[in-house]
Amino acid sequence: MAELKGWKDLPIGGLVLEPGTAKKYRTGTWRVLRPVFQPENCISCMFCWLYCPDQSIVVELVDGKPKMKGFDYYSCKGCGLCANVCPKNIDPKTKQPVAEEKRAIIMKPETDFVEE
Amino acid sequence: MPLKQAITGAEAVAYAMKQINPDVVAAYPITPQTPVVEYFAKYVADGVVDTEMIPVESEHSAMSAVVGAAASGARAFTATASAGLALMHEIVFIAASLRLPIVMAVANRALSGPLNIHCDHSDAMAERDSGWIQLWAENAQEAYDFTVMAYKIAEHKDVRLPVMVNFDGFIISHGVEVVETLDDELVKDFIGKQIKMYPLLDTSNPVTYGSIDMYDYYFEHKRQQVEAMKYVPKVFKEVAEEFAKISGRKYDLIDEYMLDDAEYIMIALGSTAGTIKHTINELRKEGKKVGLLKPWIFRPFPKVEYQRLLNGRKAVVVLDRSASFGAEAPLYQSVKSALYEIAVKPQIGSYVYGLGGRDITPTHIQQAFEDAFKGDLIVDEERYLGLRE
Repeated sequence: MAELKGWKDLPIGGLVLEPGTAKKYRTGTWRVLRPVFQPENCISCMFCWLYCPDQSIVVELVDGKPKMKGFDYYSCKGCGLCANVCPKNIDPKTKQPVAEEKRAIIMKPETDFVEE
Repeated sequence: MPLKQAITGAEAVAYAMKQINPDVVAAYPITPQTPVVEYFAKYVADGVVDTEMIPVESEHSAMSAVVGAAASGARAFTATASAGLALMHEIVFIAASLRLPIVMAVANRALSGPLNIHCDHSDAMAERDSGWIQLWAENAQEAYDFTVMAYKIAEHKDVRLPVMVNFDGFIISHGVEVVETLDDELVKDFIGKQIKMYPLLDTSNPVTYGSIDMYDYYFEHKRQQVEAMKYVPKVFKEVAEEFAKISGRKYDLIDEYMLDDAEYIMIALGSTAGTIKHTINELRKEGKKVGLLKPWIFRPFPKVEYQRLLNGRKAVVVLDRSASFGAEAPLYQSVKSALYEIAVKPQIGSYVYGLGGRDITPTHIQQAFEDAFKGDLIVDEERYLGLRE
């Protein structure tokens, strides 16, 4: 987070005087569970991109088609909606979750990444 | 040419608002405020003002609507009383916190219960820490004058705070008095063009109002409100001086009545000051050195003025038209705390009177003065005027 300002240096009334400032707010620090992308299983269906409430899915156009590339951890709050809607995480026949290594998105505790 | 009109306080406030011609008025009827907005609605219907009038479904909505209007850059006005002000409570704080120069007339009325529609100050006193500037009128003339002055104080760049114009319900709001009104043009020139700051409708400079403000910044924004209040006395005096030039009526933070040589001083808000002035005139004939200190402004509380005016006097009697259950009455509390550091402290006594519109007469006022003459004031004792034991 940017350095906090004193009361003399702030606009009055809690007003925000420029647009798009939510982008500067690092909501990634709220994350308890981290979505981890396993590209080898991804079909780039864009469900995660559609459902993500924080526009934290990184997408690139490849040959005119959108390709899921991973997560923007600066803004991702770790809500897990992406993993929840990912069709590759469920076996279509049994409707049960598939083994972790076969999924496109897995949720890992943030504590696994403390060294980062 | 100033015009002398026999009108009620409510009509005087509405007349001032007609001359100000605000962009937006949103209000909900409540006794005894209703005639303010009734008179104003007629101006709207007759096309003498350009105001967008919003008849809302509650006072909570009325205050919300004027908050939205003021944030968009409009001059906004509302009026209420008692339970209506209480219903606004949440948004009253928001108006001050968003630093919106709204003006609200309050025809002071008792809060329920038991249900009562008559005058006391419990409604406004419940909002005294809301961050609004509170002006208190003694009569219809002052209610008119303060309404004319209010936007100039509220919109000042160092202030940017809402202003509540308090005038006693029924006594002032419904009592007919002679009020000297100014010419429309004079009022228009006096209040001038609105000083807009961060209007939402300025789409080339987008601004966000009311975003969430957590433990990292909320405290700093509250500190700014504390600071803004410090500028109010100076701005009030400037506006009052300018107003005196067009009206001949001179206002200050405090109305000093026969204070110069007074040994016994009474302090009271609102219409009761008139009865006190009459009683003082009578007591002066008997050679009693009595005077009145009437706060024209209660928030911010100009502590230094009280210290200057009360130092070395024999006794100070504070009259409150509201109680603070389990603590001292609000005006008394403020005065007493202001005197903590003065060199020569007067005796001081607290008298609560007039709750729920109970009449206060010169006899009651004299009774309180008599206690002071006898040296019979007890600092930690609350007494009651006009109450049956």
